[in-house]
Amino acid sequence: MKSDRSQEEAAGDGVPGASNSARPLLAATHVSKSFGAVKAVIDATLELYAGEAHALVGENGAGKSTLVKMLAGVHQPDSGTLLIDGDPVALNNPAAARDAGIAVIYQEPTLFPDLDVAENVFMGRLPRRPGGRIDRGLMDKEVHLVLGRLGVRLDPGRATRGLSIADQQIVEIAKALTLEAKVIVMDEPTAALSSAEVARLFRVIEALREGGAAVLFISHRLDEVFATCQRVTVMRDGRSVLASAASELTSEQLVRAMVGRDLEKRDKSTAKVGEVVLSVERLTREGKFVDISFEVRAGEIVGLAGLVGAGRSEIAEAVFGIDRYDAGSVKIAGESLKKGSPTAAMAAGIGLVPEDRRQHGLVMDESTERNIVMASLGRVQRHGLIVSKLSREFALDWARRLQIKYGRIADPVATLSGGNQQKVVLAKWLSRKPALLIVDEPTRGIDVGTKAEVHRLIENLAADGVAVLMISSELPEMLLLADRIIVIREGRLVHEIARADASEEAIIAAAAGVFSGAAA
Amino acid sequence: MSATASSEVVVHAAPAARGHRVAELISRYRPVVIAVVILVIFGITSIKNASFASSSNIQGILSIGAIYLLLAVGEAMVIITRNVDLSVGSTLGLSAFTVGEMFNHNPHTQIWLVFLVGIGIGIGCGLIIGLITTLARVPSLVVTLAALYIIRGFVNIIGTGVQIEPTVIPHSFVSLGYSTVLGIPWLFIIVLVVALAAAYWMRAFPAGRELYAIGSNPPAAVLAGIPVARRVITVFVLSGALAGLGGVLFLAQVATVNSSAGSGYELIEVTAVVVGGVAIFGGSGSVIGAVLGAILLQVINQALVAAQISAFWDSAVAGALLLLAISFDRLVSFRASRALVAKEGVTYVE
Repeated sequence: MKSDRSQEEAAGDGVPGASNSARPLLAATHVSKSFGAVKAVIDATLELYAGEAHALVGENGAGKSTLVKMLAGVHQPDSGTLLIDGDPVALNNPAAARDAGIAVIYQEPTLFPDLDVAENVFMGRLPRRPGGRIDRGLMDKEVHLVLGRLGVRLDPGRATRGLSIADQQIVEIAKALTLEAKVIVMDEPTAALSSAEVARLFRVIEALREGGAAVLFISHRLDEVFATCQRVTVMRDGRSVLASAASELTSEQLVRAMVGRDLEKRDKSTAKVGEVVLSVERLTREGKFVDISFEVRAGEIVGLAGLVGAGRSEIAEAVFGIDRYDAGSVKIAGESLKKGSPTAAMAAGIGLVPEDRRQHGLVMDESTERNIVMASLGRVQRHGLIVSKLSREFALDWARRLQIKYGRIADPVATLSGGNQQKVVLAKWLSRKPALLIVDEPTRGIDVGTKAEVHRLIENLAADGVAVLMISSELPEMLLLADRIIVIREGRLVHEIARADASEEAIIAAAAGVFSGAAA
Repeated sequence: MSATASSEVVVHAAPAARGHRVAELISRYRPVVIAVVILVIFGITSIKNASFASSSNIQGILSIGAIYLLLAVGEAMVIITRNVDLSVGSTLGLSAFTVGEMFNHNPHTQIWLVFLVGIGIGIGCGLIIGLITTLARVPSLVVTLAALYIIRGFVNIIGTGVQIEPTVIPHSFVSLGYSTVLGIPWLFIIVLVVALAAAYWMRAFPAGRELYAIGSNPPAAVLAGIPVARRVITVFVLSGALAGLGGVLFLAQVATVNSSAGSGYELIEVTAVVVGGVAIFGGSGSVIGAVLGAILLQVINQALVAAQISAFWDSAVAGALLLLAISFDRLVSFRASRALVAKEGVTYVE
């Protein structure tokens, strides 16, 4: 549905914006990749030149990760070619990519925690002295040399267990340099770094560029893109829609290229908004979120927007009592809610439809019936024993109400489609008649038809006076359903947008920190 | 850069790093700690029974315990790669019994041939276990548990109705079991050579360090291009070879053998290795530590006898030590991860 929409801004499709007199060090030209029916990357083009830091930006699900995995040799393109110095190459596995001079540094590096820094850098190719023993002196010397080039101090003999994520990334970069990598891909390297660490990483990127390497920098933070990168490629719905010199772009243009679609906001009959149901005051969990205050009223759908990792799910989990919080309070209908107790949260009328329904929402091997009644066992038992007739009737009733499509209600819930599984999770909580329902990514991985049904369910729920707190990374969904949108960035509530003012641009701008003035 | 309104991020690194280093020091010097504990036990027991610290008694402990120490070397290498070998007791039994049978048939069998056959049996068992573990990707816990029963069953079958009397074992062979050089038992010298060679190999050679990498992060080891399957097969072959050698030495020591020889050794070895500071999930620890762990178990065993405490306490003490060692390791890694969180956790200053 997304992919074959015509794109007005696709004029620059596949055409690099900057001067390309020199030959690119690495190029992916018109590459496509599908997983089953899902077209992850469609006819995308990316060109990296020696000595440049190149940003790859796009919304969640725009296809950046898939493109990177093709460069890393993890996936192979279905069509299109990868070129190194102008020559076509096949990267059939990660080792082939490494041998071709491409190094990928993932957000959370995978090191050997029990080994020291130098051993991590050289593992798999430890240098030998005559006689076959490890040449430790050479290792230390080379690591010193490389770290010196990067301007980082790190003891080569220190175990990597306990190193910060930032230092672990440095170890990975050092490994890439000793392999003489020409292209260094950094997949959201700054997501877990503090600002001081980010500044150091930027100096390292600068040093890499000066050494003649090409750095592909993936980030959601547009200010970082403008601070470090010379060129930008934007991906949207699997396509590369814009390639340009960073200096020729404004952040507004960049955001528009990332969002790119016009979505009519559906008119929603303004439901009667009732009393305050959930009141969160100055909620803080160290390192996760800080000073979060908001309210959700009966009949209202409040959206929690933000980038993945901004702290949205953590806030929801703290409210529901799965996670602890360090300061602040959570009140339901004016009553303080006991901290860290899902049982208390459930008793107070909160339901949680978690992000990962397979892991946390359902018992996959159990029947649809068992899963529906799971949170309502008190209603189907007599003298402490579950009565199968009651349980069956209860489950059938809710399956009918939510129009769940199943073979037999006693079959494992794993046999249902993703959308119907999600309805089972919803049924489980709706049958408890919650005062507040928290839904985390309610339509992730659900087919389009069922998605609309889930949306209608959530709307009906609010119309019946339930307060709904919704987390979603899909902006169209957010705009469709939410009465108010709260934007979380790096653990802080940075913006609150009323339904009338909401647009994808406004949400992305606040979530990515483009308009720093929006910070509360 | 964006002016993130009125907030500034401060990273607390120093105290966390210090806490981490203390924990690291304690685990690095684990062998020293165990050596001290051994000396303390000697001291206390000598007060109650002066002959405990006599040189003849120490000789006895080193000699009786030597086979346990030998097997601990192989077991440590296996556990460092995040595997486990529960077959060593049965392999020892098979080796001892087969070698005994050789003397039964021909009391003049060459001693070098006996060693060759014993070690060969161990290598064969280890090779099969290593191949199944790596090629069929069956957890080694299951493969070696099955091997424990299969090999023992095999020993029982060939051992039915067979008697191996001390009279058929040549004196030159048996003397290996108790004779000493400069007051040090031969058996202990063999253990020492094997342990030092293994420790040196694991420290100084790429293949040895790669064993630690495999245990530390198996998927990353594959990505780093380490031949993981070959290395894992190698450690099972080495562990099997040492168990086979242990079987030959077992026969030299007791001069007789029945089909239950070596039963239960596998759990004693795992205990010794973990008490000696090898992480149960691999990646850290040393062969020397494992040998010291095995010595500690032997010393406790003998000290209980010398102090005339019921031998029933022996198992209880070994179990308690195992719990203590694992709890300590968990505590250290918990503190290390706490330190990590504290270091990464950012504090916002308004």
